[in-house]
Amino acid sequence: MESKPIYQFHKGDRLEITSVQVEGVMRRRLLDLGFVRGAVIDVVQKSPLGDPIAFRVFNTSIALRREESSLIHAVKMEEDSEVKVQ
Amino acid sequence: MSHRVALAGNPNTGKSTLFNLLTGLRQHTGNWPGKTVVRAEGELRTDNHTFQIIDLPGTYSLYSNSADEEVARDYIIFEKPDITLVVVDATSLERNLNLALQVLEMTKNVIVCVNLIDEARRKGITVDKKELSRRLGVPVVLLSAREKIGVIQLMKTMDQMVDGKISTDPYLIPYEEEVEKKIEEMEPRIKEIFGDSMPSRWLALRLLDGDKNLLQALKTYIRDPQSVEIKHEPAQGGCCHGA
Repeated sequence: MESKPIYQFHKGDRLEITSVQVEGVMRRRLLDLGFVRGAVIDVVQKSPLGDPIAFRVFNTSIALRREESSLIHAVKMEEDSEVKVQ
Repeated sequence: MSHRVALAGNPNTGKSTLFNLLTGLRQHTGNWPGKTVVRAEGELRTDNHTFQIIDLPGTYSLYSNSADEEVARDYIIFEKPDITLVVVDATSLERNLNLALQVLEMTKNVIVCVNLIDEARRKGITVDKKELSRRLGVPVVLLSAREKIGVIQLMKTMDQMVDGKISTDPYLIPYEEEVEKKIEEMEPRIKEIFGDSMPSRWLALRLLDGDKNLLQALKTYIRDPQSVEIKHEPAQGGCCHGA
C-alpha cells in the first residue's frame, strides 16, 4: 500500500508508521514519544484549519504541527486488521 | 552511611506518589544547580539501611536534551547513585520501557518498579513479573504507590541490592552490525580514558549519536576532577557535575 505523510490521513484512521524523516533533536523527541517505524497510531482530531493534528500513540495523545507530521510517513491499516493492544 | 537512590520514570507514572510514600515528611526540595528544575530529596530508613532518595524529573527519555532530561541523565551518569529505581506505568509498559532500557544501558544497579498495578488489574492487564525480570535482567517489583501495595517488597529488594545479594545482568539492546562494530572499536579507547567510571558502551553510543550536549557535560566532568571527589562525601547535599 502507498505510504504518505501522516497529516494527509483522516480523523479515525489507524496508521502504521513506515518512516520518520525528521532530523536532529526533534527526531529524537518524536522517537521517544513513540513515533517509531512499525508503531500503530490513530488520527484522533484535526484542528479547524487542519494544523496541528492530534495522534494517539501508545495510549497518549500527541499533537503535531504540519512541520513534523509532513515528515512522518505511514500506511493506513485495514478496518478489520487486528487491533494492537496498547 | 546512607545509600543514594535515584527515582527515574516517565511523567504521570506515580513517581512522586512513590517518593512521598517512601520518604514521608523527611524530605526537602530545592532546585538543581543552575537549572530551573525542581529537585526533591528525602530519607528512607529500612530495617537495615538508610537511603537518600532523589526524585529525578519525569521524562520520556534521557536523550532529547531538555533541561529535565539533562538533569536526570547527568545524575545517573556522573553522580552514580547506588540504586536507580525506574518507575514504569503498568498500563502502558511499551511506552515506559523506552526509558527503562535507556537506564539499563547506563547502570547495572536498577530496580524496575511497575507502578499503578491496581489500575492495570482493573483494565484487565496482568504483568508477568518473573518474565519481565528475566528479560530485563534486573529485579522487578509490582507496586501500587497509591494503595501502598508492594512497598515492603521494594524496600527488601533495595536492602538486598546494597548488601550485594542481588546480581543483575541488564538487557543491552543489540544494534545493527555496523553500529556494533564501531562500538567494539571505540570501547577500549573509552575505557583507557575513563576506566570503569563510565559505562563505555553507552558512551560509545552517545558519541556515535553525535550528542554534543553530552560531550560538553563530559568536558566539564574531566576538567574538574574535584567534582568527582566530592561526589562520594556523604555530607554533600548532592549537586550537578561542576556546575
